[in-house]
Amino acid sequence: MKTLLTNPVLIKELKLRFRNLKSFTGILFYLIAMSIFVFGFIFLATSLTGNGFFRPDESFMLFSIMTYIQLGLILFITPALTAGTISSEREKQTLNILLTTSQTSFQIIFGKMTSSIAFLLLMIVSGLPIYSLVFLYGGVSPSQLFYIFLFYLLTLLAIASIGVMFSTLIRKTIVAIIATYGAMIFIAGVTAFFLLISVQVSQMGSGAPSMSPLAHFWASINPPAVLLTLLQPPMEDQLQAVTMISIPLWIGYVIFYSLLTVASIFLAVKKLRVNMNKYK
Amino acid sequence: MIETIGLTKKYGSFYALQDLNLVVDDSTVFGFVGANGAGKSTTFSILATLLQPTAGDAFINGISVTKNPQEVRRQIGYVPDFFGVYDQLKTDEYLDFYGASYGIKPKERAVLIPKLLELVNLENKRYDYVDLLSRGMKQRLCLARALIHDPKILILDEPASGLDPRARVEMRDILRELKAMGKTILISSHILPELAEMCDSIGVIDNGKLIAQGSVHAIQAQLQSEKVLRVKVMGDTHSVVPFFEMDPFVSQIEEQQDKNTIQFFYRGTEQDQLRLLQQAIAQNLPILSFSEEETDLEDVFMAITKGVEIG
Repeated sequence: MKTLLTNPVLIKELKLRFRNLKSFTGILFYLIAMSIFVFGFIFLATSLTGNGFFRPDESFMLFSIMTYIQLGLILFITPALTAGTISSEREKQTLNILLTTSQTSFQIIFGKMTSSIAFLLLMIVSGLPIYSLVFLYGGVSPSQLFYIFLFYLLTLLAIASIGVMFSTLIRKTIVAIIATYGAMIFIAGVTAFFLLISVQVSQMGSGAPSMSPLAHFWASINPPAVLLTLLQPPMEDQLQAVTMISIPLWIGYVIFYSLLTVASIFLAVKKLRVNMNKYK
Repeated sequence: MIETIGLTKKYGSFYALQDLNLVVDDSTVFGFVGANGAGKSTTFSILATLLQPTAGDAFINGISVTKNPQEVRRQIGYVPDFFGVYDQLKTDEYLDFYGASYGIKPKERAVLIPKLLELVNLENKRYDYVDLLSRGMKQRLCLARALIHDPKILILDEPASGLDPRARVEMRDILRELKAMGKTILISSHILPELAEMCDSIGVIDNGKLIAQGSVHAIQAQLQSEKVLRVKVMGDTHSVVPFFEMDPFVSQIEEQQDKNTIQFFYRGTEQDQLRLLQQAIAQNLPILSFSEEETDLEDVFMAITKGVEIG
């Protein structure tokens, strides 16, 4: 563990990241945007009712919207932060020197990925005080918040590993970023579309609900759908009524994205350096 | 020791490197000479474990680059021909990062870094940002970086390219110091004079093939079949030209009226050359000096790469 945390690439990346004014302004604008939204929502809710009260159900709605905004933020920012990690070193001509050091490929990939994740976590954590405003008004349980943060962490890890993988495989940063955003669109959008189609298909024909593993699969790898079941557990029952499969969505989500993370990291580590012995 | 056996790199049907057999002994400086695109950087990239050979193998202190690249990385210090530096990192942090990358402990790094900066004359730039250093300073810093894990072997790809004359002299002095420290240095250049005086031996590469290998003098001697002689006369050069024209070994006489000298190619042996001078004196020609033009490595290189047969 100690060697993981004293990873030279991680320390160097963190140093560079936090010396960069952009990182701070990024967090600042994120917090400003979030504050405007939260306080605006509270202001509107209290002024519209006219009595100055902010009801727990409104508080929960605010929490739900904020949770989705944060998911959107993760899906949107993570590719930009990770898809350039290796390819930008290649473009800046610093990669060759890094690859001739005695660090293992895993150490380099781990350092790169962890530093990006650390920054994203900082961003999420820095938003917590604003987030926790909803607790003032009730309606949200701390355990729910905890599970949602675990969900964020896994989603973040998966996207970051996809970003680092593309950054390793693709020479140009811009192409790697486009490829990672492509993967994001697939994960968040295309899977939702497939989910709708497979639900439609399963409901066609006999009229009696039949088992639809495909619909269940698409639902369990779609982050907004899984987040919905975390926020509104009754949604899970409704979905189960359609797909006739009683496995909770989050189980599929954890398995799928854990495998995806491991596979992406494995591929990035394998492809970072040339295989010197391939021709033999 | 560096050794390559039948090292070959092929891109499609193009040979970037063809059957390279090279031996660089311990504590010697080997200059690798060739035009741009001749295969120098390809060789160095393979030795630095950055490029996979199509055939053959290379050994660093007996360790195969294809079978045990991780161990090879510990044994070599590599300076690529083109490299970048990180923005917003200070000189000592730059070295500290690479020191950590080689697994050197923080306490040892703290002792090592000032020493290395002193070696490359950058001790007063220790707290400056790396990207603000001049090109020459960056080159020297990169050299210090390559030395941080005290490798026995240094692989330097064009370390003096793009440097102004002063920076070149500084780089040469540092390399001389490293040579004195007993490092084995493999250094490449497409500019020859900067290599000649410090190399124990050189290899000339052209179109991916090693076309000559040996000591600087040996390679020069291989080209002695045709040397350039220069004769300075008192007064008009016209008076001596007919005499030299008659000699069968003389060709392409060139007169330099303003300097009162003539210059020509000479194919004869040293005996023939002695006889020529004796005859000229016997005929009372107004000769002030009679000398052999020093052929420098550049001439050798030009001749070799033009396809002059050697040996």
